[in-house]
Amino acid sequence: MAAAGGGWQPEGQAVLTRGLTKRYGSRLALDGLDLEVGYGEVFGFLGPNGAGKTTFVKLLLGLGRPSAGTGQLLGRPLGDRSARSKVGYLPELFRYQGWLRAREVLTLHCQLAGLPAAGFSDEVGRSLELVGLAGRGDDLVATFSKGMQQRLGLAVALLGSPRLVALDEPTSALDPVGRHDVRELIRRLRQEGVTVFLNSHLLSEVELVCDRVAVVDRGRVLAQGALADLLSGEGPRARCLDLPGDALPGLGAVRRDGDWVSVPGLDSSRTPELVAAIVAAGGRVYQVDEGRASLEERFLQLLERA
Amino acid sequence: MRGRPLEVIAGLTARELLRRRLVHALLLLTALVLVLTGWGFSRIPHLHLGGELLTPQLARLAAAQLLLLVMFMFSFVVGLTAAFLAAPAVAGELESGIALAVLARPISRAEFLVGRWLGLALPLLAYVVLSASVEFWLVAVGTGYAPPNPVGAEAALAGQGLVLLTLTLALSTRLSAMTSGVVAVVVFGAMWVAGVAGAFGSAFHNTAISAVGTVSHLLVPSDGLWRAAVYEIQPKLFASASLSRVGSPFSATSAPTPAYLVFAAAWVLLVLAVAVLSLDRREV
Repeated sequence: MAAAGGGWQPEGQAVLTRGLTKRYGSRLALDGLDLEVGYGEVFGFLGPNGAGKTTFVKLLLGLGRPSAGTGQLLGRPLGDRSARSKVGYLPELFRYQGWLRAREVLTLHCQLAGLPAAGFSDEVGRSLELVGLAGRGDDLVATFSKGMQQRLGLAVALLGSPRLVALDEPTSALDPVGRHDVRELIRRLRQEGVTVFLNSHLLSEVELVCDRVAVVDRGRVLAQGALADLLSGEGPRARCLDLPGDALPGLGAVRRDGDWVSVPGLDSSRTPELVAAIVAAGGRVYQVDEGRASLEERFLQLLERA
Repeated sequence: MRGRPLEVIAGLTARELLRRRLVHALLLLTALVLVLTGWGFSRIPHLHLGGELLTPQLARLAAAQLLLLVMFMFSFVVGLTAAFLAAPAVAGELESGIALAVLARPISRAEFLVGRWLGLALPLLAYVVLSASVEFWLVAVGTGYAPPNPVGAEAALAGQGLVLLTLTLALSTRLSAMTSGVVAVVVFGAMWVAGVAGAFGSAFHNTAISAVGTVSHLLVPSDGLWRAAVYEIQPKLFASASLSRVGSPFSATSAPTPAYLVFAAAWVLLVLAVAVLSLDRREV
């Protein structure tokens, strides 16, 4: 990607909001949202439909105005023009001018992003290549399928070496190959130090690529943090039969949940010791897990609690 | 060289008119109208009245009257084209999601809106100047009649187009494309009728009805500018002829005042500023 961001020095956090609130009439879309995203992070913003994810991204980019609260994007106030010149954005519900060719759409966005004209052709070619549209640059956008339009949207978002890329449901129209390509693209952006803000309700997608996540519902953050912390559970457990007694030698008291047995406070790295102790005590082990919840389980737990 | 956002949007808008073949369609149909009316005007000096050829003076008067009718058709085309072009220019982009990606770029709402306005206004002005100039030339060649102030007439017609264009664009920052277009066309028609009513009021010295025309000319100066165009097209003697005194929409009794022309220009700029403000405060 071109070096439009060259010479740029990061300030503050990539994304920082304090009490960000958005009302549409009597409906509260965002309810005092506090969020921090560091530079170079791949951040997953998770939530069910209508949770306020798209509203949040629009406020970050100045496409809407907060009802209350403050925020910064790349160290600048929300909606700041210079910050927007370093951001790539793939909206959730979008279209590009159907009467333009894919190459022309990208050139238009090169112009709007203020990139040097001499580099347009290379930049457009590279973006098309990145999203797998290298042979379709001269086709009219109106002839593109929804999936191809989404790939074009990604190409638009990647123009000009953005420092932050906001992707709002980037794989909603893509086939499995396309989804895989997007994940690879996000990993590549991480390697290049680009901050990725990924809005999604596709949990598997987030789980595979994100460093940190926030779970939102009805405009409020239910939980946020490193993915590993969010998914960490209550230690390893084993499903076993015929285990006598209430304690395991060398490990301590056991906790039972039906056929499941665990030792409170035991780290997942000691899973083999747990299995060995159960077998030594005469128990028969049928199933073991590290006690790490899947993102889906944790997501549903959080929503239920809310 | 980096293109400025306003120029980029204006260029994109004008390119859309070409790509969507609107320019082709408008020019083709206008060429057809010009050929037909040119042929018709060229026949006027060969008409007979009471078994004798029309005198050159009568032929020119007939040509002037018919020219006003033809220019009324052009004024109608310009007004409706302005409304149809401007209605989706902002609302359509917002409704389709095209504006999301564009406005997330380092571009202000003012640059976006004024860029759209310029991209529509300049082709519209070019169309008015081209079509009216050719029509005036055909009439002059065919009948010998030349409007007293063709440049002033073209400026007034173009102004009428800009009034409708700007009004519709302002509406489309808040209303849907369809609603903006319909509202603008209704306003255009209503102002024209109010202008006719006002002229009747003046002819019959009825202050209340006359005020309707005055207010309409101040509210939306589309009919006021049409009357200005009429004055610049018609022979000078029409202004004092009895025909004008009964409020014909195809005649004007007085020259447009400089103050009114300045007011019309200010009206366009003010409505454009309101449109910018309206878009600036709108959620995308």
